[in-house]
Formats: sequence, structure tokens, C-alpha cells
Amino acid sequence: MMIKEIKLVLLLPLIIGATGCVSLGVEPWQRDLLAKDEMSLNGSGVDSALDDHIYFSKEASSGGKGFSGGGCGCN
Amino acid sequence: MKTNTNIKAALTIATAALLGTSNAAQAETTSTAGVEESAWEFDSAFLFYSEVDRVSASEAIINATKTFADDQVLNLKLTVDVLTGASANGAVAQPNVQTFTRPSGNGQYTITAGDTPLDDTFHDTRVQLNGQWTQLIAPNYTASGGVHISKEYDYLSLGINGNIAFDFDRKNSTFSAGFSYFQDTFTPEGRIPKPFTSMLIGDSSSGSWDDDFSETRIGSEDTKTTTDILLGFTQVINRRMISQFNYSYSMVDGYLTDPFKILSVVSDFNAPDSGIAQDYIYESRPDSRIKQSIYAQSLYHFEHSVLDISYRYMWDDWKITSHTIDSRFRIPLGDTFGRESYIQPHFRFYQQSAAEFYQPFLIDGDTLPAYASADYRIGEMTTFTVGLKYGLLVNNGDDLSFRLEYYRQIPTNAGFDEPGVLNDVDLYPTIDAIIGQVTYSF
Repeated sequence: MMIKEIKLVLLLPLIIGATGCVSLGVEPWQRDLLAKDEMSLNGSGVDSALDDHIYFSKEASSGGKGFSGGGCGCN
Repeated sequence: MKTNTNIKAALTIATAALLGTSNAAQAETTSTAGVEESAWEFDSAFLFYSEVDRVSASEAIINATKTFADDQVLNLKLTVDVLTGASANGAVAQPNVQTFTRPSGNGQYTITAGDTPLDDTFHDTRVQLNGQWTQLIAPNYTASGGVHISKEYDYLSLGINGNIAFDFDRKNSTFSAGFSYFQDTFTPEGRIPKPFTSMLIGDSSSGSWDDDFSETRIGSEDTKTTTDILLGFTQVINRRMISQFNYSYSMVDGYLTDPFKILSVVSDFNAPDSGIAQDYIYESRPDSRIKQSIYAQSLYHFEHSVLDISYRYMWDDWKITSHTIDSRFRIPLGDTFGRESYIQPHFRFYQQSAAEFYQPFLIDGDTLPAYASADYRIGEMTTFTVGLKYGLLVNNGDDLSFRLEYYRQIPTNAGFDEPGVLNDVDLYPTIDAIIGQVTYSF
């Protein structure tokens, strides 16, 4: 069950990538909205760094968006 | 405004001095032969995190980014944090007063009947430095490399990372592959306890105390390494939407036990004093962990607002699985208050299952398992975060924002039957925390 879900999610980008050239994406002159700071995938790097540190210290998971890292002997 | 310019100029000089570059006074954008070199840009933030009756932390970050000619980007980040307060030591609450020895071995602390045992001796200051260099290495290929150093009183972490990204289909699609390697050294106060030995409790001023305490220790320091591999794919869906998919594989080897955590060993179900602690033993975790995760994130630009939503599924060979949903919705307020501003509600949901060796307590007389930990952070748990950020443009387009969030951790019983008196105490207390942050980007 879990493996099946994982395979699906892993394949998804490949499927999107393969079809991307046909139906996805924009021309350079259509990037007005995508170029805005708030459309950046890592919009606020400082917020993310602070959040990662909190949740790394308090929960059993880390990373995913970026490296899960070592970094502190947090309590 | 003048003060702001002065701060920026001072920081620019300081950063340039650190790098040994000669253009120290250069604080404005210059153009050389058509390729643009930008001024330094700074993000600074101060964060306060406080749990009710437990840990408080203050953290300050200054992040400096400079884009050189040909889109080479240098990023430097300094983080300083201070942590104080109390942390659960792993033992269960009892109907009577409990006494524990401090991790250093110097002295004892007592816990009131009915209360979750918290060790209030934590005090640590951490300094972290990060440097990252990113540049085009060939048309459509971007490479990045970085270093990390973090030092606190009892902990040193050194790390390197590298990443390569390939853009294609008019830069609408990007594949990326990265790795990172961390080497951490832990030198805990009171040295490293022997797994599963009993916590020595008694008169720490007695003549034989130091020798007896040393008997429970195996060394003064230990290390762990973390190797991460991260594969990513980013796709522009249309003019309003962009998505990212990541897969990460993380190997952690070495000392993964928490030297400050213990487990209560309680009388069995049939004993007359069923559930009463007979002993406290130091926890023991496996010396390796393999974590994997998949991560998907999408941003969608509505007419004015922007929705940022992500999902992560994590699983590891400790049999922990977790789901994380994180979402932000940025709503521009226009010039409502005389300046361009926005509000951004934030909601995060997290749920994890327990590690296979997680035990809230051990039963006296049972055979010891290979590994055991009562750390609630690897137990079954759900957490929520709700928050609001308010941001506004100030002088010259500098960005000032305030963030206030509420974080609740709700540990739950992963199916353990509780003997005797443990039914009358709270083994899975909820933890509430407040997060406040001010960010200034200039």
C-alpha cells in the first residue's frame, strides 16, 4: 500500500515532465505573476530556516523541502 | 531612513571585510559591461519561542545575499540562539514526589506528585554560520555549494552540501540533485551515560559519589554523521501556478541516543504498588536511522492573493511515519494603512506514528528490549500550528513583517496499557507554545 503510494508520487513528476513540453509551462513574456517574490517556492527563507529549527527540535521528521541535516543537539 | 542606509552600509563593509573583497564601500547597484552586480541584500529576523512551563528560545538571524555578475550568488547567514528552561526527562508522572539526578551528576531535583518530570537545567547558546555559492556552470546548468558550522556548549556540527540543477523547456522545468554531509560531535554535560544503566540517585556530596557516578558513564563524547540525497523536480504549470516535487534519502549513523533522557521502570500490573516507579534507566536508541520522504509544494496566484501549500510524507526504519501539511495564504491589503501591506494566515498540521522502540515506561521484571526510549518526540503525536503574519513596505521598499503563531503538540497513547497508578496521572501531556517573530529585509 505504502510502496504503491510512493511509486505514484515519484512517478508523478516524470509524467508531468514528459507531458510538460506539450501542455504545461509559459512563454517568457507570461511570467509577470511567477516573477513576483511571493510566487517563489522558497518565499521567505528566513521564516523557513526558523521553522525548520523549531520542528526539527520538537518532532521526529525533518527535511523534505531541503536537506534534513544535523546541526544541533536540540532539546 | 538615514539610519537604515547607515546600517546597510556598515553591514556591507563588514561583510566585504570578512570576504577580503576590495569593493567595501560599494553599497549601490553598479553596471559593468552590461552584466549587473547588485548591492548586498539583508534579511534580519528575531524569533521568540516559548512553551508553557518548559523551554524558551530566542533566535536571531542575519542573512546576506549578493548577486555578482553572471548571476553568481553568494549567501551568508549568521544564526545565534539562546535556549533556557525545562525539558521532559522521559520519566512518567507519579502520585508521589520524585527525585532525579541532574545530567551533570551535580545535585538533584524533585518533581511534585502528579507532575510530568521536567529537567530545568537546560541553558545553551548556539552560533551557526552558513555560506552558499551558486552559479551557472553551463547554459541551463546551475551549481551550488555550501558549508555549515554550528557550535553550542556541548555540540559541534560541521556540514557541506552541493547541488546541481538543470533547466529545460524554456526554463519551465527544472531537475535538481543535491547531497549534504554533516559531522556532529556531542560532548554532553556529565558525559555519556551507559544505555540502560540506572540513574544514580543519592547524596552527590558524599565521598564515593563521583566514582559511583562515573560507573554509569561510558565516555565524554560521541559523534554522528548525516548523509542526505535530495532529488527535485520543479514545473511551471501555467501563468498562475508552479509546483515542486522532492524525494529525499537521509542516512544517520552514530550516536543517536539522547543522553539526558531516561525511562521509568514501574511495578507490574499485579503488584500491590502497580505502576509505581522502581528505577530510572538511561534510554538507548539504534546507532543508525534511514529516513526517506516525498514532498510536494504548489503555489497558486489568484487574482490578488497567493496560496502556498505543501505536503510531506516521511518514513524511516525506526517505523516512524509522518504526514505534514503546511499552508500559507497571502492576502494583499493594498494601501489600506497608508503603506502597501499584506496579511498571511498560516496553518500547519503534523502527525507522526511512534518509533518501534518507543515505550512510555518499562515494566519491572520484563526482559529489557534491545532499544527503548520514552522521548515523546518519537512517540505518537499530532501537532498544529496556526499563525498570522503582517507585512508592510517601509523605506525604499524595505520589508518589515511581524509573525505570531500558536503551536500545540498533542502526544497520544500508541496502544500501551497502563498499570495501576499510571491510570491516574497524565502520561501524554499537551504542550502549548507561542512563536513571535519580527523580520526586516533591506
